[in-house]
Amino acid sequence: LKYVDEFRKQAPAMALAERIRRLGEELGQVRLMEVCGTHTMSIFRNGIRGMLPSNIRLLSGPGCPVCVTPTGTIDLAIALARRPEVVVATFGDMMRVPGSDSSLERERAAGADVRVIYSPLDAVRFAADQPERKVVLLSVGFETTTPGMAASLLQAEAQAVPNFYLLCAHKLIPPAMLALTGGAEGVRLDGFLCPAHVCTVIGSEALRPVATERGIPCVVAGFEPLDILRGIEGLVAQVAEDRAEVENVYRRAVRPEGNPVAIATSDRVFETADTEWRGLGIIPGSGLAIREEYRHRDITHAFPLELAPGRDHPGCACGEVLAGRIEPPECGLFGKTCTPQNPIGPCMVSSEGTCSAHYKYGELDE
Amino acid sequence: MCIGVPMKIEQRKDDTGLVTAGGIESRVSLALVPEAQVGDYVIVHAGFAIQTIDQSEAEETYRLLEELARAAEEEEQESS
Repeated sequence: LKYVDEFRKQAPAMALAERIRRLGEELGQVRLMEVCGTHTMSIFRNGIRGMLPSNIRLLSGPGCPVCVTPTGTIDLAIALARRPEVVVATFGDMMRVPGSDSSLERERAAGADVRVIYSPLDAVRFAADQPERKVVLLSVGFETTTPGMAASLLQAEAQAVPNFYLLCAHKLIPPAMLALTGGAEGVRLDGFLCPAHVCTVIGSEALRPVATERGIPCVVAGFEPLDILRGIEGLVAQVAEDRAEVENVYRRAVRPEGNPVAIATSDRVFETADTEWRGLGIIPGSGLAIREEYRHRDITHAFPLELAPGRDHPGCACGEVLAGRIEPPECGLFGKTCTPQNPIGPCMVSSEGTCSAHYKYGELDE
Repeated sequence: MCIGVPMKIEQRKDDTGLVTAGGIESRVSLALVPEAQVGDYVIVHAGFAIQTIDQSEAEETYRLLEELARAAEEEEQESS
């Protein structure tokens, strides 16, 4: 097995679609949410929405790390990039995200030293090579990215590279799933298609509170079309049988306990903290802060900056899209002034943003 | 953005590995998968391998999917 083509075949896809149709036949409207940008892209690219009966709806949640990063964090990265002694190192998808009045891409064009990395270890190398500069790594992402960021910080410690810092803006997925569906204003959902690679790290058991406290079925599924269809089948079956459990149909990569080495690495460096999500506000315990022991690596501690609160484009509905309250075409800017060529909100900027997915594939699917 | 395609470990030296998938070659950290060996497939995310693919689970899922397709085909033949 190469673990790719085997999970893209047509015959099993048709069989799964038929099973989903039969399971859902007697049900009213079933609302399922994916909380991973790579799921969103795979669902659109493979035309999965179009394979489902009309009463089974897929919604995209806050699954794109770039999209959920609030404007204030981008503004902070931009303010740092403007300082002559600073090098900002970032994954490429953050470059075009608009801050209040600029973006990292524009700052780079204006002469700032902003470098795109493929691994956080690249940033440690930049710092070692240029001891006179301050290298700031934009530490953004979900649980999938966190262990690598932590490992990079530990490498900078081990190699005694003093000029390596993190701008720590991580987000944790299970607290967001709970916040999104809790309280009077919570989104009504019948199931979560759970994020594949977040779960490779944290394990399927980490989702149990969502199933038990919210009574919402959770199925962990991979990214190939057959994985996603099996995930949807599992969710519709739970709805039909009135169950709310954690099921894992991505066992080749996800264990109940996740990856204990990755979890331990992350825990050495980070502790949970409250953090702000675009569209969801501040969610208690849904973010990470650098532990006291390594606080000298925290750029906001080493180099405090006072900034005005971030300003979003007044017409941008990314927040509502991320919370699953509206679909992108319901936004007044979508496809008119906001397009992938000229994006206004982060959900159109990121290649895995919900608005970008709708723009590229939406009409084919609906 | 997650790379959905597992990559095969071609070489491992301490915590650094050379991995390949579909003709693409990449150097990644294997620090988070200490048990992974040459020949194993791993999930790679942002420069780090984060999990090893369990081959027997992959085969089991594949077998189940093939069975589903076969059952659907038989059902169709019976009804026509």
